[in-house]
Amino acid sequence: MPDHPTRGPVTPQPAKILYCRCAYAKVIAPDVKDEVLERLTRSGVAFEAVPDLCEMSARRDPALKRLAAEDEIRIAACYPRAVKWLFSAAQAPLTKDPVEILNMRVDGAGTVVEGLLEGVSKAEESS
Amino acid sequence: MIAPKSPLRIGLCRNGGRSLPGDDRHYDLARSLLDKGYAVSVLRSDSRVEDLQDGAWLLLGHFGREKPLPASGNGNGHELHFRDIEGLETSQILKTVEEVQAETELPDPGGWKPWFPVIDYNRCTNCMQCLSFCLFDVYGVHEDKIQVQHESNCKTDCPACSRVCPEVAILFPKYKSGPINGDVVRQEDIQREAMKVDISALLGGDLYGSLRKRQTEARQRFSTERDESRALLERKKCLRKLKKDFDIPDEVLMSLPSAGDIQERAERAKAKLAARQERSRTVKDSRPAPTEDDWGI
Repeated sequence: MPDHPTRGPVTPQPAKILYCRCAYAKVIAPDVKDEVLERLTRSGVAFEAVPDLCEMSARRDPALKRLAAEDEIRIAACYPRAVKWLFSAAQAPLTKDPVEILNMRVDGAGTVVEGLLEGVSKAEESS
Repeated sequence: MIAPKSPLRIGLCRNGGRSLPGDDRHYDLARSLLDKGYAVSVLRSDSRVEDLQDGAWLLLGHFGREKPLPASGNGNGHELHFRDIEGLETSQILKTVEEVQAETELPDPGGWKPWFPVIDYNRCTNCMQCLSFCLFDVYGVHEDKIQVQHESNCKTDCPACSRVCPEVAILFPKYKSGPINGDVVRQEDIQREAMKVDISALLGGDLYGSLRKRQTEARQRFSTERDESRALLERKKCLRKLKKDFDIPDEVLMSLPSAGDIQERAERAKAKLAARQERSRTVKDSRPAPTEDDWGI
């Protein structure tokens, strides 16, 4: 198995996982966002982590369009209504189904990680 | 406006499909990079160069003797950099990242607390109250639809425009409490926000208008009574009310535009309106021409 990005064939990608660090504000409990990140990195799955979805939205970051176009995406961030309209404001509406948004402002790390990794670990391991 | 260019993106490449370079240190590395404002992708072991999109990338990993590609190159039209980080501590890796970032001349990550309104178009009725209320030109209109156009003009920690929205359609995702932070809007929230609007109405239609009126009155009193302290007291009283009812931070109250600025803004809005009305007359347009009320003038 190669240890770096290659130009070879690729196996089907399971649900895309996106983690928002909310780095520029203190609205998400540090222990929750730290634990979610730690468990994600230790899980062995591929994921994308961004410093701050708000900042990306304000910058109309093209990555948001790419993420919104994913067949299946799970997002660990804040309130679903806020995430939905942040993507929309960046001209990258989350129109595909299913989109799962897990709220680190409200839910504990365990709930969020379970939601993110449900069914994903196995898909990753089999790839 | 916010710099539209994305900062350098970091890709962490796997070893053997299970662990990241640095083994137990990968969590620390990812966390440190994120807190410095870098987006981080933990890549699948079979990720392809073609999968890397959205700008310049720095790939970190244990590449061994064989480099996946030249140390710096171009993949799929995107700028790619590779650094072998075997044996490096997190602090050394961060230094490497900073060096590559400096080489790329991309905008530095971070540096701005992203505080700005986000419109929930499922609730927005396009009433334009936010546009009329905001004195910092955060809002604009595109094809007759209200939009947030100048996010960086917004005053950090000020949620005032969301308070005047009668439909609770304006979010500030980093606000402390719901429904402004994006939490579900409940019936009692709508009633509470309606009460806020009522307070605004009681003060004479809009709070800034009220503030200006009080300032004018205070000035008149000052000119007739020479009572400077009373005028100041009046101003302070009004500012306290703004602060309390709309949760407006002191910094924002201190940076309110001057009467001249407000006048200039009103003139600009009138000029835009006149242009729109003119266009409605000359271009075949079935929609009625906007009125001054539509534009909050």
